[in-house]
Amino acid sequence: MTDLTGLTMAAALDGLAKKDFSSAELTAAYVTAMEKARPLNAYITETPDQALAMAKASDARRAKGESRAMDGLPLGIKDLYCTKGVQTTAGSHILGGFTPTYESTVTQKLWDAGAVMLGKLNLDEFAMGSANITSYYGTVESPWRKAGDNRPLVPGGSSGGSAAAVAAHAAIAATGTDTGGSIRQPASFTGIVGLKPTYGRCSRWGIVAFASSLDQAGPMTRSVTDAAIMMGVMAGYDAKDSTSVDIAVPDYRAALDGSVKGLRVGIPKEYRVDGMPAEIERQWQQGIAWLKEAGMEPVEVSLPHTKHALPTYYIIAPAEASSNLARYDGVRYGLRVEGDSLDKLYENTRAAGFGAEVKRRVLIGTYVLSAGYYDAYYLKAQKIRTLIADDFKKAYQQCDVILTPTSPSAAFALGEKMDDPVAMYMQDVFTVPANLAGIPGLSVPSGLSSDGLPLGLQVLGKAFDEETVLKVGRVIEKAAAFSTKPSFLAGE
Amino acid sequence: MSGLLIEGSTGTWEVVVGLEVHAQVTSNAKLFSGASAEFGAEPNSQVSLVDAAMPGMLPVINTVCVDQAVKTGLGLNAAINRTSVFARKNYFYADLPQGYQISQYEKPIVGEGVVLVDLPDGSTKEVGIERLHLEQDAGKSLHDQHPSRSYIDLNRSGVALMEIVSKPDLRSGDEAAAYLTKLRAILRYLGTCDGNMEEGSMRCDANVSVRKAGDPLGTRCEIKNVNSIRFVKQAIEYEARRQVEVIEEGGTIVQETRLFDSRQGVTRSMRSKEHAHDYRYFPDPDLLPLVLTEERIETIKASLPELPDAKKQRFMEAYGLSAYDAGVLVAEQETSGFYEQVVTSSGDAKLAANWVITELFGQLNTAGKPIAESPVSAAALGQMIARIKDGTISGRIAKDVFAEMFATGKDADAIIEEKGLRQVSDTGAIEKIIDDVIAANQDKVAEYKAGKDKLFGFFVGQTMKASQGKANPGMVNEMLKAKLG
Amino acid sequence: MSMDKATVANIARLARIRLNEDELELYAKELSGIMGWIEQLNAVDTGDAEPMSSVVERLLPERADVVTDGGIQEDVLANAPDTAHGYYVVPKVVE
Repeated sequence: MTDLTGLTMAAALDGLAKKDFSSAELTAAYVTAMEKARPLNAYITETPDQALAMAKASDARRAKGESRAMDGLPLGIKDLYCTKGVQTTAGSHILGGFTPTYESTVTQKLWDAGAVMLGKLNLDEFAMGSANITSYYGTVESPWRKAGDNRPLVPGGSSGGSAAAVAAHAAIAATGTDTGGSIRQPASFTGIVGLKPTYGRCSRWGIVAFASSLDQAGPMTRSVTDAAIMMGVMAGYDAKDSTSVDIAVPDYRAALDGSVKGLRVGIPKEYRVDGMPAEIERQWQQGIAWLKEAGMEPVEVSLPHTKHALPTYYIIAPAEASSNLARYDGVRYGLRVEGDSLDKLYENTRAAGFGAEVKRRVLIGTYVLSAGYYDAYYLKAQKIRTLIADDFKKAYQQCDVILTPTSPSAAFALGEKMDDPVAMYMQDVFTVPANLAGIPGLSVPSGLSSDGLPLGLQVLGKAFDEETVLKVGRVIEKAAAFSTKPSFLAGE
Repeated sequence: MSGLLIEGSTGTWEVVVGLEVHAQVTSNAKLFSGASAEFGAEPNSQVSLVDAAMPGMLPVINTVCVDQAVKTGLGLNAAINRTSVFARKNYFYADLPQGYQISQYEKPIVGEGVVLVDLPDGSTKEVGIERLHLEQDAGKSLHDQHPSRSYIDLNRSGVALMEIVSKPDLRSGDEAAAYLTKLRAILRYLGTCDGNMEEGSMRCDANVSVRKAGDPLGTRCEIKNVNSIRFVKQAIEYEARRQVEVIEEGGTIVQETRLFDSRQGVTRSMRSKEHAHDYRYFPDPDLLPLVLTEERIETIKASLPELPDAKKQRFMEAYGLSAYDAGVLVAEQETSGFYEQVVTSSGDAKLAANWVITELFGQLNTAGKPIAESPVSAAALGQMIARIKDGTISGRIAKDVFAEMFATGKDADAIIEEKGLRQVSDTGAIEKIIDDVIAANQDKVAEYKAGKDKLFGFFVGQTMKASQGKANPGMVNEMLKAKLG
Repeated sequence: MSMDKATVANIARLARIRLNEDELELYAKELSGIMGWIEQLNAVDTGDAEPMSSVVERLLPERADVVTDGGIQEDVLANAPDTAHGYYVVPKVVE
């Protein structure tokens, strides 16, 4: 039998359809891979029994000719999605022992489409981080190594477990969430595809909230086609989420076949940031050249306020988080550290339950909302957010998509950039503007750094135009023909 | 003038009061979840995962709660804001599972309005409404179930409240009580809040300060959660006197939250709750701005019932009632409805008002029953009044008939028939009785004729007595006059 | 922008996170650094830009007033560290 874990979702669906193998076999291969991948610490919770049972049910459906869009595909789920009966941690000690009695809307859609759950994937605590080093359940290691250097690398974050598992073939695909780049940056670091959809495209119901106005669920896959397939299942209006948008979900996979000829690709002149490595710049130019070859027209666009995006983000996201995380108080679920008064119980529980980065952001968020500072920080940031969103609206009068690098660097070693929070925050410089503007962004692997590490290009699109984003991403994917695999593969 | 003036040692003080009323919106489900908003149930049984603030749960607003707030705003003659915004009020408390309350801060759904308050001296006063906003209720903490633990029930958590804030236009406990009475009547007419203060569906916080006439506003204290109109009046009066005393003794009023102790009739500082609140309000990112269309507002406007002020005016104009009687009858919607049915079935608006206000209210009061449980229906009372009008019974006999109706639930005709209470209007029969009375009292007749006019009443009394009260009093009067010359 | 220990202690209290002296020191330093970096926004001219709370450009969806939820006391209490007689239990709250 071929290496089942080496197949993309699209190929696996073909194989399943042709009865080359069953979902039970595919899932069993992934259960083995998941065990083998334990040194990466990508999974917080493995659910092999549930996976095999779901696979069996999938095979039974297929036998009856009732197979669905993702029937039999074994997925890893970022442990920010609440899963009924399976512990959900958000990578935090404060949710210790929490087992939801409910299923998030997006994962429910995936199970309804026949997908199989392998387990829950590690992440930065409450999705706060860009290296997957803030999880209470330990850091995640990238399956990649620099050429001639065996030091462990970060997989990026916050969806680091998702990225590591998909890249190492310990899941055929995974869910991620993206608040400031948490899908795209780890995808770029690990050589996979990651799509942050338009805000409102996927339901947030049942996903542990970090920053409500920025959080968005999305797929992390090994190909653009897989991202299109998975996106079609994850997307859709949810009456339980007041910010979810009620417009029809297109056939993303079908959209991939369309031509890009004549489409205009915007190149934002402000994205040449100081100190950006030359190889990142080269990748970018290469990407422009590929799109040109495919018949697209590059146009220079201006996004003058995007240079303010990062500090703006670091006001808005912590402010919302400080409020969203108030519910973790030791009363109704999760960790409780007793105290002789209710306030002491709160303070003890939250001191013990939150890690350093979460505390940092909750404190910043509390500060920027507090009396006397609200106007100077929060209100100001909201106004700049308007300007950033307006920049994109103006740019999209001149172009159909925008191309940028995904991240200002390739993956770095565990331990690097860890003593200076601001240096770490710079990781999100290219990804954060899309969250502030609510627009879709896709990271596609485009090549290798001089150290032999994956680099990614980011395609940004108009709101609710994931179809064009995916179509352009597919062009880059074909042109780049990225096929390098990480040094560690959990599959056969 | 119903303002409370306090004579202190340094002069006369004026009391300034503004009220914040939390009124539970009448709705089936909660403000942002599908759990029941009904009062009283097993602990934590009317709680959704949203109300318990489980991770990843999101609010979705209840359309009826929005309509009810708009309706209330219209009933308070207030501006309806086309766009309003829900904001999070952040603080930690045992019965606040989210760690924030979803409320409205800078942009409430309803802006300024006005309530016409009926004061005890019969005058009216306009009291300004500052704003009305929608917000979530908190859960309930029980502190008396265990020596060292508090128990938390989230059944109330997320129930829709309207916070109705008055301007500091009130000048006494009496005015505050009158304002609350009127506000409660309006809410009950509108059907947007049941106004039940015992069950907590209407709660009141009072902001009280004192000042010398003409001075700017003094520092205020907020008296929290006073749960009856009577207590609001008491609390304000106590607090105002306390403040005057503090100031006149050289002290200053500290802006603080106080609690009213209804047993001792005093307010007490709640310093434990004071710990530097900083609510960090910001627009709730889980919700979008609430935009009301003109069409929606117009539809709600068209559904408004006739409110107490308009009804009172109509009762005065159409039925010729005094302002006082009209005011009493419109205080509760059930009463006004009952009254109008009595008018219809009796055909006499004034008699109907007298009977409802004096006899019916009297009997209900004694029996401790609300009008909805009156043993005498409006139709039955109307029929009885009709019997007075058509001369079947006299007004005096009618009182006995009514008492019997109230006691037994029987109708007037049955009682009149059974007890033979029909009024005697037959000239011959009355003449016979009068002749007997005159014959039996010749000495009195002589005295009367000699000029002792007062004896006329004696003859009327004797005649009525001999007829067992059934003789038509008007005829008795006339015929006696004729006979006695 | 420098944030002193007293400010950090105050916001930590608002956020109900117990911090010891060393942590107060550390966060005062880190938060000063972060807020100093954020301070660059002071220079941005926002003109008459409206503050943005959400990128979603649609009306707030509303739910029918129908009881569709509740009656799940078991689920509501399932993860609670301490319960009794259907209630959540916390240290006594002194009013």
